[in-house]
Amino acid sequence: MAESKSLRVAYGEALAELGAHDDKVVVLDADLSHATMTSIFAAKYPERFFNFGLAEANMMGAAAGFAHSGLIPFVSTFALFGTGRAYEQIRNSIAYPKANVKFGLSHSGLSVGEDGGSHQSIEDIALMRVLPGMTIFVPCDPLETKKAVFAAAAIDGPVYIRVARPVVEVITSEDAPFIPGVANVLRGGADVCIIATGLMVKDALVAADALAAKGVGASVVNMHTIKPFDADCVLRMARTCKAIVTVEEHSVIGGLGSAVAEVLAGQSGVKFARIGIQDTFGRSGKPADLFKAYGLTAEDIERQCLALLS
Amino acid sequence: MDTNGLLEKARAMRADIIEMLYRCQSGHPGGSLSCVEILMALYYKVANVDPAQPDWDQRDRIVLSKGHGCPALYAILADRGFFPREDLWRLRQIDSHLQGHPDMRKTPGIDCSTGSLGQGVSVAVGMALAAKYKKAHYRVYAILGDGEIQEGMVWEAAMSAAHYKLDNLVFILDHNGLQIDGTNDQVMSLGDIVAKFRAFGFACREVDGHDIEELANAISSPEVGRPLFVLAETVKGKGVSFMEHNAGWHGKPMNAQEYAAAMAELKGTHHG
Ligand SMILES: Cc1ncc(C[n+]2csc(CCOP(=O)(O)OP(=O)(O)O)c2C)c(N)n1
Ligand SMILES: [Mg+2]
Repeated sequence: MAESKSLRVAYGEALAELGAHDDKVVVLDADLSHATMTSIFAAKYPERFFNFGLAEANMMGAAAGFAHSGLIPFVSTFALFGTGRAYEQIRNSIAYPKANVKFGLSHSGLSVGEDGGSHQSIEDIALMRVLPGMTIFVPCDPLETKKAVFAAAAIDGPVYIRVARPVVEVITSEDAPFIPGVANVLRGGADVCIIATGLMVKDALVAADALAAKGVGASVVNMHTIKPFDADCVLRMARTCKAIVTVEEHSVIGGLGSAVAEVLAGQSGVKFARIGIQDTFGRSGKPADLFKAYGLTAEDIERQCLALLS
Repeated sequence: MDTNGLLEKARAMRADIIEMLYRCQSGHPGGSLSCVEILMALYYKVANVDPAQPDWDQRDRIVLSKGHGCPALYAILADRGFFPREDLWRLRQIDSHLQGHPDMRKTPGIDCSTGSLGQGVSVAVGMALAAKYKKAHYRVYAILGDGEIQEGMVWEAAMSAAHYKLDNLVFILDHNGLQIDGTNDQVMSLGDIVAKFRAFGFACREVDGHDIEELANAISSPEVGRPLFVLAETVKGKGVSFMEHNAGWHGKPMNAQEYAAAMAELKGTHHG
């Protein structure tokens, strides 16, 4: 089995590999290359690596300039400072003209841990999702992170890759498909469907096992692409299962939960709940303590599924 | 407090910073150690604050715009009696009021939530403008990192501070020459910082950022009609020899040996 590693390390390694295939790939960072792990690319291709210092807004504008000049910029910083500080540069200089810019933004979500609420982006998916033409990948493990990087490079237009900080186990396989906009159904079960994204996919699988032990059949969907959204998959699940539970390390407003709710609106008969951050900011703490405090554990998922079915 | 007392206090604050950061196995030693004297000059010499009433509306405002240096601020606030010293040992733990970056809604004595670099100085401009509007006499002090001033919004803040003639506002730069990915010059050259602030309309001074008296003198004598910029020359990681001048110690947790070595240095050097 492939080794556990931080998604940001998988991201940095994938960039370096991509760089070997394509000299149009350039990488931009904002004084965080040792945290986003673009340092791996920088060590191999110093002439294609540009540090902009603490100047995210300028970096996003410059990325558009690279793209308008036929290159493929991958831009990295923390998710909060990329999607937040430089939001309007992304909106007007990149998304509006459909510039071919890729964002590999790390330290997303609560799993940032101790740095606290000022650094935990719980809204980045929402911010990117409202931008027309933006593709959004939320990889769940190192293998999927690498696939997301290569898929992003193959798309003509802006792509956001949400890169989490913790070291995580590999839960997908080398030959698992990664087709943008096509969800992967990992597990079948007719009682409840757990639709998860990113780090929460693993907990969804753990919850499904626990439910199976109690005689409850749970499907698990790995929604690695949030945009374009696989509405067909959600509708299929709504027809076969009695209940749907979404799970994300993000606000329940504007992310996966909202996307599923938008599809389910007008569909009758299926019970529905959203697990995620319930319209509140994060705070400092060890990631595991935070996941407990915010109701984002496998046990929380299991409990929510049982509650919906009862 | 006399000079000797302050020197000893600075060492004690550094030891508290190391203790806090070792316990939580995260956080930012380098930039916390470099701003100890800057914050001490404010909290022990210059700023008009009252630990018994942290929200007193006539207090001077202190904005740690380089929010990641907050362990230094927490150690000093605890020492000044804003909250119990025991709280320090729960830095960054769940349900501690001491967050990884300053949180004005959780910690008594914090005037501004910071952590996203560049923003604190703009908030400080707003506070200084509000003081003028209210005809209040309090002053506003903002502490910036040198990497932080690469943010474009710092210069928007500087422009507005001069435009509104905010002589109740002081920017203090913790000039340690380092950020995360290397020296300022390797990452994004800053050029002549003092000349830039002067061109933006500030009165400018340069001081030894580890000399509390010099710092206190410089920041407590404003010039009428314009904001003040004080460049404090500092050493990142100051006081712990293996951390000094080393960008690698920006945000690295210490192991047990490193912790012991740092503590031996901080506790052993004075009065035997
Ligand atoms: C807007 C923003 N971008 C990036 C970061 C991540 N970051 C934290 S500290 C730091 C380097 C700061 O360097 P400097 O201002 O020189 O601080 P010091 O040397 O005093 O620690 C960076 C890039 C941040 N906190 N905020
Ligand atoms: Mg610095």
